[in-house]
Amino acid sequence: MKPDLILHVIAKFLIPLIILFALYVQFHGDFGPGGGFQAGVIFSAAFILYSLVFGLDNAEKIIPAHWLRILAALGVLIYAGVGIASLFLGANYLDYTPLGSNQIAGQHIGILLVELGVGITVAAAMLIMFFAFAGRGRE
Amino acid sequence: MIDIVIDFTLLSFLVITAIAIVRMTNLFAIVMLFGIFSLLSAGLFVVMDAPDVAFTEAAVGAGISTVLMLATLALTKHAEKPSFEEAPRGHKPWLPLLVVTVTGAALVYGTWDIPGFGAPDAPAQTHVAQYYIENAMKDTGVPNIVTAVLASYRGFDTLGEVTVIFTAAVAVLLLIGGRRSTPPSRSKAEGTSDEA
Repeated sequence: MKPDLILHVIAKFLIPLIILFALYVQFHGDFGPGGGFQAGVIFSAAFILYSLVFGLDNAEKIIPAHWLRILAALGVLIYAGVGIASLFLGANYLDYTPLGSNQIAGQHIGILLVELGVGITVAAAMLIMFFAFAGRGRE
Repeated sequence: MIDIVIDFTLLSFLVITAIAIVRMTNLFAIVMLFGIFSLLSAGLFVVMDAPDVAFTEAAVGAGISTVLMLATLALTKHAEKPSFEEAPRGHKPWLPLLVVTVTGAALVYGTWDIPGFGAPDAPAQTHVAQYYIENAMKDTGVPNIVTAVLASYRGFDTLGEVTVIFTAAVAVLLLIGGRRSTPPSRSKAEGTSDEA
């Protein structure tokens, strides 16, 4: 791949901002539009941009493929685990009320953890798909 | 008045984009037009006061889908084969035209019974939506009702959706992922697929 100065500089400038925006969307989803799904997609877009500009091999050095598989499963596990935790605390599955000291606090903790699980799974799944598609081209 | 103009403009662009997609054979341009189509849809959702849906449409439809289609395009050819010229037609062209005309007419007839946009007496607004709007803030303390519904009231559905995405990733990994040694017969088939 021919190094392209403008692309490299702009991508290095943009990628931290994209990741920052993804985290903002992730943790501000309670108050504005957004949430785990959108944040996960935006987060994966940062790594996809890196992969497009700096090459697939460098991107796979940053996030190895086996990590991505672990992360994708971990997100679903966090989500289901919150439900199991509320079962053990004596409420219905995915009823977050007993997680905190009162109902509002419990709901806040539960929603935060659940959205985190969604974000992790979506980001990892999108990157898995992109690397699988893009990795087909090289022998 | 101004929102009617915006709606009209966006919908006209949607129709123009769809017609352009149908008429084109250059796959790269078609993928780009798909992205534009998704972005226009996201604009329509914003006009309808649904920023969460618009956000998802812009991120997934205009962003990731376009990238994935481009990645697929890099593995295939850049132009659709004009198959309709040499392929023998098994039927007259007016038959499918009649079918789509009748279907379209039936769909348009069906829209006459749909309640108006944002009508307060629509079934969607009268049953469970009212409960959410009245109780979401006091039950969960989350100002964004959409997040409250998605993550708390409808936690089961969202768990299912996350599982669907996880399953999609697993399916992609099983089908085309991972490093594997291509058997010689397969690489020969790939070499000859250019003139096939």
